[in-house]
Amino acid sequence: METILEAKGISKFFHIPEEIQVLDNVSFSMNKGEFVSIMGKSGCGKSTLLYILSTMDTDYKGDLFIDQQLITGQNPNQLATIRNRKIGFVFQFHYLLPEFSVLENVMLPAKKLGLKSNQEIESDAMDKLKLLGISDQALKLSYRISGGQKQRVSIARALINNPSIIMGDEPTGNLDSKNSDIVFDIFKDLTSKDNLSLLIVTHDHDFAKRTDRIIEMGDGRIIK
Amino acid sequence: MKIGLIFSISKTHLLSRKKQSITAAMGVMFGIGTYVIMMGFMEGLNGLLDGLILNRTPHIHLFNEVAPSAIQPIDRDSIYHKQIRFVNSIKPKKVQAKIHNALPLIAYLNRQTSVLGITPQVKVQTFYLGGSTQLNGVIIGADVEKEKLLYNLSDYIVKGTVEDLKKTEKGILLGAGVAKKLALNVGDFIQVTSKTGEIITLKIVGFFQSGMSEIDNVQSYVNLKTAQRIFGESKNYITDVNIKLKDIEMAPQIAKNLSQKFGVTATDIQTANAQFETGSTVRTLISYAVSITLLIVAGFGIYNILNMMIFEKMNDIAILKATGFSGLDVQWIFMSQAIIIGLVGGMAGLLLGYGVSVIIDNTSFDTPALPTIKTYPIDYSIKFYFIGVTFALISTFFAGWFPSRKAKKIDPVDIIRGQ
Repeated sequence: METILEAKGISKFFHIPEEIQVLDNVSFSMNKGEFVSIMGKSGCGKSTLLYILSTMDTDYKGDLFIDQQLITGQNPNQLATIRNRKIGFVFQFHYLLPEFSVLENVMLPAKKLGLKSNQEIESDAMDKLKLLGISDQALKLSYRISGGQKQRVSIARALINNPSIIMGDEPTGNLDSKNSDIVFDIFKDLTSKDNLSLLIVTHDHDFAKRTDRIIEMGDGRIIK
Repeated sequence: MKIGLIFSISKTHLLSRKKQSITAAMGVMFGIGTYVIMMGFMEGLNGLLDGLILNRTPHIHLFNEVAPSAIQPIDRDSIYHKQIRFVNSIKPKKVQAKIHNALPLIAYLNRQTSVLGITPQVKVQTFYLGGSTQLNGVIIGADVEKEKLLYNLSDYIVKGTVEDLKKTEKGILLGAGVAKKLALNVGDFIQVTSKTGEIITLKIVGFFQSGMSEIDNVQSYVNLKTAQRIFGESKNYITDVNIKLKDIEMAPQIAKNLSQKFGVTATDIQTANAQFETGSTVRTLISYAVSITLLIVAGFGIYNILNMMIFEKMNDIAILKATGFSGLDVQWIFMSQAIIIGLVGGMAGLLLGYGVSVIIDNTSFDTPALPTIKTYPIDYSIKFYFIGVTFALISTFFAGWFPSRKAKKIDPVDIIRGQ
């Protein structure tokens, strides 16, 4: 199996307000097409780990590989390009740009990548919205749609550049069970049909139980 | 960096908060508009006042000045050199009013390449006779056509023309103040006395009004030959030579040379009108100070609005960075908004400035002191419009620079974690 993501001995300290070690020598790897969830109590460092894996947090020790390529030590611009091209994000809060339409929100990362013409990007974005069943909302301003719909839009946005991996920080944390199920089914579909890799931090046991693998964390380490 | 994408994002930001954007642009507009209006008006006024004095003032004026000799007889004897000398009641040396060797001097000046033109004059003290009243006066015999060419004499002639005087041998172009005092009209005759007390009758062909009553109340023009003839002098009797140079800045140097070479008094325009230069400089300085203050205020307006906007848009910045926009991209999203505000506001400011300038230019400004001026003066020099737009861009650039740098440095993790 091809590894998509590999962490080797990742440690992280918070310096403010005092020196605390939040991650202690965390190592694990993830295969292509795997649906992995990270669980653990609040403060165990699971979100911190996710931000490091997502390349947004660069203040850590250890090595990080995405697509077997060493990420650690690259400059911020290169990291921005990697995020743009290889990683899709879904957050607990939906983080859509409120002044832009749903369609434009989905298109933005692809426009930034700039590999396709605007028409191609637009049709891609419409395809993703159709996939997530919200193409009828495409032209609405993004603050005018419901929470569940917003989360689906942000999944569509995460998919637009056909990333190697999708990372989620409690993507269902803010949704009711019905919308939660919808989001889970979408994720499940993506792994089984499109062989997409998913790494999701969650509190939700029901959600985690249905994933391929659960990584459980406690006090900055992987417990199992 | 994808400029098109960045502009489309900043355009959406600007358009989704029209009121704020318009307020910011209006701040710039008023700053630039005021700058253009003030500079146009001030420079117009400066030009007018300069014209009033400088355009009709020769760059170098040659004449014989009455003064005591610089070297008194006692100085010539070496016996007294080491002693303290007292000479009481020094009297000025008797000097002729006429310039010695005036014709060769004029011929010499005509050959100089730095000289634009020269006008010889005969200046005579006289009395205007009106019944039993005698008014003090000065009659200038001049080549009026040259005076018109070099010193815009015709601008100050309110009745009659330069040509009328040229045609009429015994004609006089009377100062408006004199005419008013003596209740005279064009076509009337006026009597003046010559140096020797002889009474001469001249025909009034027109009035001239310079705007300065101390001149208009005493001065009149006649033809150069007429002046020489009526006062019984020969062709080489010239009391003053006025020189206009190609480059006004050369005046002090050339004046000094001429004075040494020909032994005449030579006054340059810079020395004669020093207070004028100062006045213009101070006026320009004041208008710059006011306009720059306005622009700085406008700049702070933009700074404030962008700062607030970046604060409101923390989430957007985080998500843009999370989805692969670099810090520089984000910085330029906000920078470009400041620049757009600066450009739009600056252009609107130029239009506002031009519009108000046109209105001022057409506002009637009637003053008896300035007969040829009918409306307020405006200088439409492109320079002010150019400086205005440049300043708008510079000030908005800096107003945008600092907040947008903050946006560049925002760490998305802090914001996402903070929720």
